[in-house]
Amino acid sequence: MAQSERPLSPHLQIYRPQLTSILSISHRAAGVALAVGTLLLVYWVVATASGPAAYATAQAFIRSWFGMLILLGWSVALFFHLANGIRHLFWDAGHGFELKTVYASGYAVLAATAVLTVVAWTLGCAMMGRP
Amino acid sequence: MAQFTLPANSKVTPGKSFPPPAAAKRAKTFKIYRWDPEAKATPRLDSYAIDLEACGPMVLDALIKIKNEVDTTLTFRRSCREGICGSCAMNIDGTNTLACLKPIDEIKGDARIYPLPHLPVIKDLVPDCTVPYAQLASVTPWLQTESSPPPDRERLQSTAERAKLDGLWECVLCFCCQTSCPSYWWNGERYLGPAILLQAYRWLADSRDERTGERLDALEDPFRLYRCHTIMNCTKTCPKSLNPAKAIAEIKKMMVARR
Repeated sequence: MAQSERPLSPHLQIYRPQLTSILSISHRAAGVALAVGTLLLVYWVVATASGPAAYATAQAFIRSWFGMLILLGWSVALFFHLANGIRHLFWDAGHGFELKTVYASGYAVLAATAVLTVVAWTLGCAMMGRP
Repeated sequence: MAQFTLPANSKVTPGKSFPPPAAAKRAKTFKIYRWDPEAKATPRLDSYAIDLEACGPMVLDALIKIKNEVDTTLTFRRSCREGICGSCAMNIDGTNTLACLKPIDEIKGDARIYPLPHLPVIKDLVPDCTVPYAQLASVTPWLQTESSPPPDRERLQSTAERAKLDGLWECVLCFCCQTSCPSYWWNGERYLGPAILLQAYRWLADSRDERTGERLDALEDPFRLYRCHTIMNCTKTCPKSLNPAKAIAEIKKMMVARR
């Protein structure tokens, strides 16, 4: 009997998003974001070395609402990648594999990301004298 | 490069709808993936409404009821109905589990049932597990020794040595974890996957086995072992509450320790 070619069963389309997979893909996304964000840092350093006019342009861009938004995203990515990276170090050493621990450390990473971001921006704004 | 979307012949379309029986006291709808190899059509999602007052408590009971009373063409694997054969593994309500161990009451709203993810479908809820079985064979999952056994008895283990196999031997090879792993979805032909690596570790952890070095040599590969990124979907979904991710971590530690 003639048979059609076998279909591939649904995967990403139907699998329930959960803390395990969401934090994992977010870790990778944050890594990519940090790499791209580093380009911005390089631009700022090059502008600083290029003279007052270029520096003023760079500062104006970074201090615009769009620049600040990028900076906020970059800092969230940094702190999340840092916290989750430490979580990965524990796993690499063979610790924290029980499901309860996995969920506890996952929520701890999210909390640490929020706290570190708020602290960094509070300190940053205080030092820069900006709201 | 991983393909995140389904190929054209695999896209799921809405299917037939079977209404609940007229006298139903507690109706529940099961939306079930269907694909018939003899029909020239793409897969579809059929809806079956049944009365839970006249049905057993588990998802497998509902599937058997549908097959017996509503649609005899519905095809799925099942055998023991008590979580020890691993036949009725499928994706229920978004996660992989055994239909016989999944209470219907745990599912809110309509119950969506698909075959195990990212495998070729033979028919309806029956996936083709040829690749994972071949991968299992590739890790030679049996006791291998160099020395000759004691003449008067079996190879003995201490209680502590035997205890190292707990959490490993209980695996029923249902492949729920294997097909929950996104890394296995994207690299299934080269990455061995959580179920197979748990089996590999079951023999690495066995005090009687004498081919640990060769077993580790075979896993020392960018893909076979190291495509595990500790996503943890495997441990989350295992219907036997085993921990494939921890077994994989133990293999990685053995790799470091022997350097």
